[in-house]
Amino acid sequence: MLRIICPFCGERDHSEFTYGGDATVVYPDLSAPVGAWINAVYVRSNPKGPHRERWQHSDGCRLWLIVERDTMTHEIRRVEPARAAIDTLLKEPAR
Amino acid sequence: MTGYRLKNGGTVDRGKILAFSFDGKRLQGLEGDTLASALLGSGERLVARSFKYHRPRGIMSAGLEEASALVTIGNGARATPNSLATAEELVDGLEVHSQHRWPSLRFDFGAINQMFARLFSAGFYYKTFMGPGSSPRSWLFYEHFIRRAAGLGVTSRAPDPDHYESCEGFCDLLVIGSGPAGLEAARVAAEAGLDVVLVERDFRLGGALLYETDEVEEEAPRAWIEDRERQLAAAPNIRVLRRTTAFGLYDHGTAGLAERVAPGAGARERFWIMRAKRIVVAAGAMERPSIFGGNDRPGVMLASAMRAYANRWAVATGRRIVMATSNDSAYAAACDLARIGILTTLLDSRAGISHRLANGCKEAGVELRLERMPLRALGRPGVHAVEIGSSDGTKAEIIPCDALGMSGGWSPTQHLLSQRGVKPAWNDALAAFLPGETREPIRCTGAAAGNWHAEDCARSGRAAGAEAVRSLGRSAPDEHFPAPGGWETPFRTWSVAGIKGKAFVDLQNDVTLDDVRQACAEGYDAPELLKRYTTLGMATDQGRTSAVNALALIADARGRPLAEVGTTTFRPPFAPVSLGALAGMERDKHLLPTRRSPMHDALVEQGARMLETGLWLRPWFYPLGSEDVDQAYLREMRLVREAVGICDVSTLGKIAVQGPDAGEFLDRVYVNAFKSLTVGKARYGIMLRDDGIVMDDGTSWRLADHEYFMTTTTAGAGKVMAWLEELLETRWPELRVSVSSVTDQWAGASVAGPQARALLQSMTSDVDMTNEAFPFMGVREGRFQGVPCRIARISFSGELAYEIYVPADHGASLWRALSEGAKARGGGAYGLEALGALRVEKGHVGGPELDGRATLDDLGLGRMASARKPFIGSALRMRPDLQRKDRPQFVGLVPATPGETFKGGSVLCEVGDETGHGLGWVTSVTESPSLGHWIGLGFVRGGLEAWQGRELIAADPIRSRSTRVKIVAPHFLDPEGARLHG
Repeated sequence: MLRIICPFCGERDHSEFTYGGDATVVYPDLSAPVGAWINAVYVRSNPKGPHRERWQHSDGCRLWLIVERDTMTHEIRRVEPARAAIDTLLKEPAR
Repeated sequence: MTGYRLKNGGTVDRGKILAFSFDGKRLQGLEGDTLASALLGSGERLVARSFKYHRPRGIMSAGLEEASALVTIGNGARATPNSLATAEELVDGLEVHSQHRWPSLRFDFGAINQMFARLFSAGFYYKTFMGPGSSPRSWLFYEHFIRRAAGLGVTSRAPDPDHYESCEGFCDLLVIGSGPAGLEAARVAAEAGLDVVLVERDFRLGGALLYETDEVEEEAPRAWIEDRERQLAAAPNIRVLRRTTAFGLYDHGTAGLAERVAPGAGARERFWIMRAKRIVVAAGAMERPSIFGGNDRPGVMLASAMRAYANRWAVATGRRIVMATSNDSAYAAACDLARIGILTTLLDSRAGISHRLANGCKEAGVELRLERMPLRALGRPGVHAVEIGSSDGTKAEIIPCDALGMSGGWSPTQHLLSQRGVKPAWNDALAAFLPGETREPIRCTGAAAGNWHAEDCARSGRAAGAEAVRSLGRSAPDEHFPAPGGWETPFRTWSVAGIKGKAFVDLQNDVTLDDVRQACAEGYDAPELLKRYTTLGMATDQGRTSAVNALALIADARGRPLAEVGTTTFRPPFAPVSLGALAGMERDKHLLPTRRSPMHDALVEQGARMLETGLWLRPWFYPLGSEDVDQAYLREMRLVREAVGICDVSTLGKIAVQGPDAGEFLDRVYVNAFKSLTVGKARYGIMLRDDGIVMDDGTSWRLADHEYFMTTTTAGAGKVMAWLEELLETRWPELRVSVSSVTDQWAGASVAGPQARALLQSMTSDVDMTNEAFPFMGVREGRFQGVPCRIARISFSGELAYEIYVPADHGASLWRALSEGAKARGGGAYGLEALGALRVEKGHVGGPELDGRATLDDLGLGRMASARKPFIGSALRMRPDLQRKDRPQFVGLVPATPGETFKGGSVLCEVGDETGHGLGWVTSVTESPSLGHWIGLGFVRGGLEAWQGRELIAADPIRSRSTRVKIVAPHFLDPEGARLHG
């Protein structure tokens, strides 16, 4: 059972989240050629160690998050909202 | 009668007698007994038959390491097989049965297997039934008989009548085990203010101290425990869970605990998921058996177990006990037993021992025999003598005895650490695996870390408690971890040279010394290989007492030090956990939530038969009188085609897509254009996955410049919502769009049929329903009997049809009003079955066609894809293999001979060749009342271009049925759409 610290909801079980794939993948423009899309959809590295992943807090605030997880130890080093604007918003002091 | 209850001592309550039965025999025990202590105290020695050879077995331990005394507790649906007699708390009325014997425990026919032991040696099944010379089918044939002959208890097939619970728990520190180490760790942490959970699998706290007699920190062990118990009870920040086994450690400090709830307290078992910031493993150590002939006979027992039965439960395990050891630990046991007059002789395989140990023997009256070990236990079924000798088998002599204690050293219990991937390190001097390094906040302490003496354990526990306190930012007294060990005389390594007879390494799986030697000789001399070849270390005890002895034998066979042999990895669960506990309350209808449409009550009132589809309950059909589904759906279809039908569509996914870039967003998500859709219009759209395969379909309605109302399929609602959120948050954060699920906010009904317009016109205001004012694919907002509503003129059935939505609270009244109006016009309600059949007649794709494999072109919908804009999937759908002409493509099917029927799921084969995977498959079928015969949809290689007008076989090998079908266009009814535009 992994514990993920959601920047909005706090520390929760991973069962509240849904894994959403490799966050290091940069999806090409929709009009990009087939080759670029094949790379984005099918070609993955399988790193040993820290890795950036997308997770959605699907049974919580539904934010999409970038989670930096160590694939060897499951240690989670960083969690931040996928959308930078939300990150900025959450870090703003409460008014 | 060998064992008996002592007059004095122990922690049992002699005033509280508990009655129980064993194989129908009425016996008595005392409160505080385990089943094993009560059986031994009643003089029972033979309690089980072994796994493979059906050998008579007794009780060999006093704890979870028990490999022999497996029994079935209870009867009927409550029968729990393979329960450890040594871990089962005795309660009044307990019904116990021996298992795996026929016709009785004392005379077991299966024991004849012993005579063929030579045949059943390591690898027997592989060689005989799977090896060269045996046909591939022989294992399939023999397996049934083999599985019957070997085995343990039999589980009940009846539904479990008991109630189980699951709990979520959180704490700062989880302490596993309540021996001196665990008690002290918990105490120190609680005193510093940590939130502490202490779990103990026994019903009493104290661990090994419950049966030890030496003073601990100048206190008698029992007083020491009671003192700690009082302190724990007084601290508000510590929870003590007795009868609770920590069976697994998982990531990020999560522990799985199985609590056997105290008798009579509601649930039978409670499953805990405990999340701890830190964990202290104080799980103690387990004594290892020695290897000698007949070491499995009833009466042969671990030395510490004999001591525990005498001191804790006041049970003498024999009247004339001989004990054999290779280490110091058995001396205290032998002296305790000698003092109560039931032990005569202690054998030690070592040549010389410390003066203190020797003097202790002298004082207690133990006859000490150095450089002697048991070669063979004699007696049938129970031991009545032991043949002893020196390690090479010479100097043999026979000593009478009625019980034989053994100690082959101690193994710290590190299963939980092993589960975390922590490799233990072999320590030759201590003859034990000590805990390896881990970066996780888990500390192994006490005997589990190789501290042999109670005072060291207590100190080690305090150090672990203090470490936990400091790591969580509080201050704690300085305490150092004592070095592991404590032998006064070095451990003597294994020697099995001179032993005689069948000597067991793994008692539970009947793996003998010869089996292990043979496996090593055949090359299976690595721990993981040996385990799989001989089954050593498998079954319910997972090799708790056999693993280290087996590794030593491997080391011996390979002539390498044990440290180089390696270990197997232990995996959860540490001890069996009942499936009922894991399921907890999540069973039957409580496994998943049930979703009901806002119209549910109104539908049921009308006699709807409901159908579970995913989480939803949806109306399947509305029987009139004694109609079955087949009669009902055909009638309901006619209502739609001839008058007006109404259908609950509230379950469709509904998403509000709002913002200045909503149109641009939908243009990227759907294959067709939505930015250009005018306000007040709806459009059918299809969305693809990145890989170009169809994901979902539905209509989106443009309510305003910046607002769309998207509908999805019922099954795809959740997936589509998450997908839209993912795209907006991870790929296109620049788009000013917000998506909100409004599925539960709106109730909806489809109103379909020639009378649909008239029906709605009579009940709505502010909406001009005429064909001119409200054309096909138009969207209007107005009021339905005073309630705000939104209506789109869209059709799934091919008829003049509308979808009308009102706020969910008004769903039931919407339904009741529509139902009344429909009836007045000769129409009525239609369910899911008719809905599906109507769309098949119209050739619309549905769930069975959108199966995650079909492309837009496979479905014949390639022309929907916009050429003027890219969209998700537009690149990869053009991959050559997805564009191949011979891909399975969407077609319609009719029986070649009208009147014949065929089934969904049939394989479409060429006439005369009904083998293999065929050329395609049938996805949906229905009887068509409009056409007067059966029709179907499916996929065929090459599609209409290759097959239109030709015949194939719809083969249904499971039902042994084949029907000749003709391939036609999938639009069976009104392909021009005259009805829906009318």
